[in-house]
Amino acid sequence: MTFTLAQKIVASHSVIPLGESEAAPGRIVNCRLDLVLANDITAPLAIKSFMLMGAKKVFDKNKIALVMDHFTPQKDIASAEQVLISRNFAKEQEIVNYFEGGDAGVEHALLPELGLVGPGDMVIGADSHTCTYGGIGAFATGMGSTDIAAGMALGESWFKIPESIRVSISGQLPAYMSGKDLILWVIGRLGVDGARYKALEFDGPIIEAMSVEGRLTMANMAIEAGAKAGLFAADQKTLEYCRAAKRKSDKEIHADPGALYEEQINLDVSGLEPLVACPHLPENIRPVSELKDLAVNQVIIGSCTNGRISDLREAAKILSHRKVKKGLRCIVLPATPGVYRAALKEGIIETLLEAECIVGPPSCGPCLGGHLGILGAGERALATTNRNFRGRMGSLESEVYLANPAVAAATAVAGVITHPAAL
Amino acid sequence: MKYTGKSLTVGDHIDTDAIIPAIYLVSSDPTELGSHCMDGLDPKWKNKIAPGSSLLVAGRNFGCGSSREHAPVALIGAGIPLVIAHSFARIFYRNAFNMGLVPIEVGDAYSEFHEGDAIEVDMPAGKIINKTTGKSITFPPLPESMRAILEAGGLAAFVRKRLDGKV
Repeated sequence: MTFTLAQKIVASHSVIPLGESEAAPGRIVNCRLDLVLANDITAPLAIKSFMLMGAKKVFDKNKIALVMDHFTPQKDIASAEQVLISRNFAKEQEIVNYFEGGDAGVEHALLPELGLVGPGDMVIGADSHTCTYGGIGAFATGMGSTDIAAGMALGESWFKIPESIRVSISGQLPAYMSGKDLILWVIGRLGVDGARYKALEFDGPIIEAMSVEGRLTMANMAIEAGAKAGLFAADQKTLEYCRAAKRKSDKEIHADPGALYEEQINLDVSGLEPLVACPHLPENIRPVSELKDLAVNQVIIGSCTNGRISDLREAAKILSHRKVKKGLRCIVLPATPGVYRAALKEGIIETLLEAECIVGPPSCGPCLGGHLGILGAGERALATTNRNFRGRMGSLESEVYLANPAVAAATAVAGVITHPAAL
Repeated sequence: MKYTGKSLTVGDHIDTDAIIPAIYLVSSDPTELGSHCMDGLDPKWKNKIAPGSSLLVAGRNFGCGSSREHAPVALIGAGIPLVIAHSFARIFYRNAFNMGLVPIEVGDAYSEFHEGDAIEVDMPAGKIINKTTGKSITFPPLPESMRAILEAGGLAAFVRKRLDGKV
């Protein structure tokens, strides 16, 4: 067998067994699903479609996850009523993995942390950043609510086996650079539609040395290059991460040597510096030092991209014994209650409060201009989030710059976009 | 099935936050969503729509960004039944079929259509005629199974029809 990771996982879930020659890119395959996900924005539409289809029962009450995370805590009457629809459905269908309130967090940080996804799984979610789980070797992709409704009813969905682009990363990783910078580089290289309909597969010495959280950050933004999935092999580090999430029987998964890729991209990171994506597309990347002295009004540290404990640690290292620039709001949203508790235990929350950050609840909130940190006309933000489309965080006349947590923390201290080494 | 109308044009990488900003995602009602169609691009853009007789022509990667089905629903709600584009973002493309919005991918030929051109789209023939310029282009006709979803009014209605034994 000579399969890419995408071919391998899709073929293993095919409802009809596929021979090696039948698992070629372009083939449409009906696959069994291990998890079907929706959130407070997309679940109500999925439920409406589920009813319209005349479906009565979800295919497996243990394999549906409904996470109320986007406008949580409910920001207004309309968003509260969206949650009500989801809550009633979860109750009626006896859905085990329904999260709202104190057990809820940003879905793509929460589900891996709770062990609800694992290596080799096939996952669909009504959220474009569902591709995050590729960081632990799952084939996971975003779809719309009606596809999710069909998945909830049937436990199956159709997929076109994608071509894959292989990105091999080597060299010496410079200080203050992390997974975020590497994925921004890839998006800059491919453009926002360069991997459209395709899978990205990452490997090389830098990836092998990278933490699982760093890989989740990279997989998360595969969609920003248009990709269907962003895949990483599941290695010993992955298995260790999954065991900590109380999963027991996971196995390593690797692409086969000799698998065919549509394109090979090589990146040597030696000598690079942290990157920033400028308005209004994630492909507009510039080295951080080229943007120095650009004043910002708001810094956001959080989201499904960079709201995990390792991200908060990075930020706290820089904010320790320093203060956020007067007049700038630095909002930190730990992505899950688990991240929040760990940050509290490690003294990170204390450090952030000492630095005069605003520490808020786990929520997607400002990333999509929902709440908890919205920009007015003429305001500029630097965020560890994943999209900088025009108006994404508020006013159509505002701007969003994307960067890693270390750059975000340094920028919060200086009040202008800053390389952490320059503080 | 044929569609006729005047073209409204937009550029490359029109994202789902442009088509329907997240603050309006607290509704799933087509009329309500349609009343904010393209507000993230320009809040006055929707005034150009002649409901039922406007067809959208877009550049590369139309509908990139989030998985929100509200985006095709907002276009339908605003009275736009069909989008011709250089290319579509993957999730949007799938959502368009599921919601009953007709997506036609034509590559570089999208530049044959300008704001205000009178257009006729013949779906079974895979042909688009620009009546203003007299030029026409072809596209691979959609497989019958995909046309059946569009003709039913979307995936949910199609599944329902199938479950009822009507298709």
